[in-house]
Amino acid sequence: MLLIPCPHCGLRDQIEFRSGGESDRARPADPSGLNEADWAEYLFLRRNEKGLHRERWNHASGCGKWFTLTRDTRTHRFVS
Amino acid sequence: MRVQAGGARIDRNRTITFTFDRQKLSAHPGDTLASALLANGIHLVGRSFKYHRPRGIVSAGAEEPNALVTVGEGALAEPNSRATMIELYDGLVARSQNAWPSVNFDLGALTGAASRFFPAGFYYKTFLGSAQRWTRLYEPFIRRMAGLGPAPTAPDPDHYDKMHAHCETLVIGGGVAGRAAAAVASGRVILLDEGSPQDTIKGVSLLSRTTAFGRYDDNLVMAVERVTDHLPPAQRSGPRQRLWQIRAGKIILATGAHQQPLVFPGNDLPGVMLASAALTYLRDFGVLVGRRIILVGDDSGADKLRAGGAEVTCFPAISAAHGRKRVSSVTAPDCRRHVCDAVLMGGHWQPAIHLHSHVGGKSVFDADKHCFVPVADSAQPFSVGACAGEVPAVTPVPPVVGPKAFIDLQNDVTIADIDLATREGFVSVEHLKRYTTTGMATDQGKLSNLNALSRLADNLASTPGAVGTTTFRPPYTPVTFGALAGHDRDLLIDPARHTPVHDWHVANDAKFEDVGQWKRPWFYPRAGEDMHRAVQRECKAVRNGVGMLDASTLGKIDIQGPDAAAFLNLVYTNAWLKLDIGRARYGVMCQEDGMVFDDGVTVRVGEQKFIMFTTTGNAARVLDHLEDYLQTEWPHLKVWLTSVTEHWAAAVVTGPQARALLSKVVSGTDLSNQAFPHLAMREARIAGHAVRLYRISFTGELSYEVHCDARFGAAVWEALFSAGAPFGVTPYGTESMHVLRAEKGYIIIGQETDGTVTPDDLGLSWAIAKSKPDFIGKRSLARPDMLRADRKQLVGLLPVSPIPEGAQITAHAGDTAMLGHVTSSYHSPTRNCPFALGLVASGRTRIGTTVHARFGDHSVTCAVIDAVLYDPEGVRIDG
Repeated sequence: MLLIPCPHCGLRDQIEFRSGGESDRARPADPSGLNEADWAEYLFLRRNEKGLHRERWNHASGCGKWFTLTRDTRTHRFVS
Repeated sequence: MRVQAGGARIDRNRTITFTFDRQKLSAHPGDTLASALLANGIHLVGRSFKYHRPRGIVSAGAEEPNALVTVGEGALAEPNSRATMIELYDGLVARSQNAWPSVNFDLGALTGAASRFFPAGFYYKTFLGSAQRWTRLYEPFIRRMAGLGPAPTAPDPDHYDKMHAHCETLVIGGGVAGRAAAAVASGRVILLDEGSPQDTIKGVSLLSRTTAFGRYDDNLVMAVERVTDHLPPAQRSGPRQRLWQIRAGKIILATGAHQQPLVFPGNDLPGVMLASAALTYLRDFGVLVGRRIILVGDDSGADKLRAGGAEVTCFPAISAAHGRKRVSSVTAPDCRRHVCDAVLMGGHWQPAIHLHSHVGGKSVFDADKHCFVPVADSAQPFSVGACAGEVPAVTPVPPVVGPKAFIDLQNDVTIADIDLATREGFVSVEHLKRYTTTGMATDQGKLSNLNALSRLADNLASTPGAVGTTTFRPPYTPVTFGALAGHDRDLLIDPARHTPVHDWHVANDAKFEDVGQWKRPWFYPRAGEDMHRAVQRECKAVRNGVGMLDASTLGKIDIQGPDAAAFLNLVYTNAWLKLDIGRARYGVMCQEDGMVFDDGVTVRVGEQKFIMFTTTGNAARVLDHLEDYLQTEWPHLKVWLTSVTEHWAAAVVTGPQARALLSKVVSGTDLSNQAFPHLAMREARIAGHAVRLYRISFTGELSYEVHCDARFGAAVWEALFSAGAPFGVTPYGTESMHVLRAEKGYIIIGQETDGTVTPDDLGLSWAIAKSKPDFIGKRSLARPDMLRADRKQLVGLLPVSPIPEGAQITAHAGDTAMLGHVTSSYHSPTRNCPFALGLVASGRTRIGTTVHARFGDHSVTCAVIDAVLYDPEGVRIDG
């Protein structure tokens, strides 16, 4: 079980967190202006990175905050 | 056989008794079950998994593959316990397994005679045919014939504990190397040892009878401590076992090594065992495993065995061992038979690298010692002693191919199976493992993996280093489910949530239904009523008089802030900016993919204050969904969300007499339609308590939801119920609630929806504000697939006889092509006939036609009607 560095609470057990998948996918400001392919890209496609992966975490059983961390998916190490 | 002197672990001054297969035997305190059986001359202790071959004790430790027994009786019985790890106590009862009628005369051994029909991969080759043959014929047969001990059927009466611990240094293994490492370690030091208590070390927390079974990321080690298993049941107190979760700054592994068996025909006979095990039994327990011993391979222990009183003959190899229920002779390399009563296998050693490997630690093949040794890595624990590769360099004894030359003793895999798999092309070590099942038994191949992949390497003219090992995974040794669960069982893992009115429901004979963790009244049967009659009565009372429902479980989210209305406008599909204070609105919430996620009413309590009602079972998910968007997509919106589900009790008063009932107890507000219309909120008092009244209807009748501080929920409920006596007020439960809402075509999230249903599919396109520039799901609702005319749409169904929910809908009686399925099905109290809701392809264009509901061998004709069966004009909502 990983130790996850919550920016508000410090290192806590993984069991307190919920994973939110790939980060840096800002919701388009005007979704209606997107064509089918671009909207499908936003909605369905993920990079599924092998290596450094920016990902969303929610400290669900702690402070409740969402934040982004970078994790190496080959080793599970978080890098700052 | 016990020798005259020696035995470091036993107390010869005292004698205890135990029974094995109903035979009463004696032993000394300090014995293990295995040493005690051997002291009594018993080698045959079980039958093998597949062929029911007689099996004995192979090892003296955690790696034991054969000597699996059931310990204890009744609900306390524990199957598949390794006799080598069971500390004996006075009165212990153990039984052999996988044998019928007895371990001495086992009819199952006939499968051994037929073993040529059970080669590697026989699962894939033999049990062909229909699925029915598998479930009715093959599987019951395999389950009866192949297997380990049966689990007790009674609930486990023991309780189990969990502990979290933190330390600077964690040492695993209490042998010489582990103790030395712990003694010089700094900071808080924890030492785990599998064995019985030994001398303490200053500054070290020593946990005995504790097996580290798994290592996980960030230096987390899981271990199980056997707290009372070594005591007679009458002397046990406290938890039986304790699960330790230890987070360490650094981990030192001192887990030792396992001597490997030799491979020759008959190597599984009782009396054939590891040379190192025989020396352990002599040194620790004063037990000699035989009088006429053949020692094969490494013969370095011969002198000690002779000193113990045995006649020992050494061979570098043998070609076979013979015997029936115990080894009686061997064939030596000179082809002569030699009589014996024990054969000791002096094989090479494999370091116990399991914990090293659990989190990706690499290992490399050491050709001199013929074993895999851990590769040092700063990201991995530090290994010391035998597990680091400090093992005797023993020349491997080449395997002898022949009948019944076993590689995996627990899963009955022979060297012939390995050879067959190689010939059939299973040349990857991972494929070999799965095809032959070698190494997949509960011993995880501690005594079989190295021999198996050495043989594979030989077959491929390769080396074990090039062939590689399979992946080691936790657990190192089996762990009881009880220890993993700990106290997290029954109500402690799944608490029951009760509403403030719960006691009243109990006193009024409610039957309860689980909705999430909530206990909700399901229906209130009167004397002689079954569920159907009770529900029909409750529904008619609501339609014709007045009924009351406890709706306290409804999810409630307090939404405040200057941007609250703008936020609601983005999360709901309909328009929210112009809702007046004191007014309520029904809203549909979608996910970004356009699928319906939740629905419910939200009320504007103040300029910057709303309260949102969610589906009971969806309350936490909705709050999470809203928080996620608020924090990550729209952090500029000033909105605060708070779950207030348990702060408010809620009673629904519904039916044509609802206003008359309320007028008897409500003060402080005008209840007339003009002053207090549908979808409005008023503040008032009932029985001295402040309440909020909402005109919200989930029945189609005139309805008021009465919300109050949860502390006064029971008092307000009882005041309402008393006031309703002259009107014959009837409490109703969730079943009637479902029937009443279904007659109105109102959906239930999770029943009419399953994450693939859009608002339009449900006939809710009126709740989509197309003029809004954006809301969650808006873009997806414009995707071509969402606009197809043949999407499944919600319709009503009038079947000619009752149909179950989930039944498939087809166009014609004999069709298999599915048009949709039945989502809700009840008996209509107003029409006195079965009716249903269903999602049907192009459903709205099929209104007026018939479809068929198929289930099992039945096909029931259904008329397709509008989803609203009752009061389609909606005139009853105002009473």
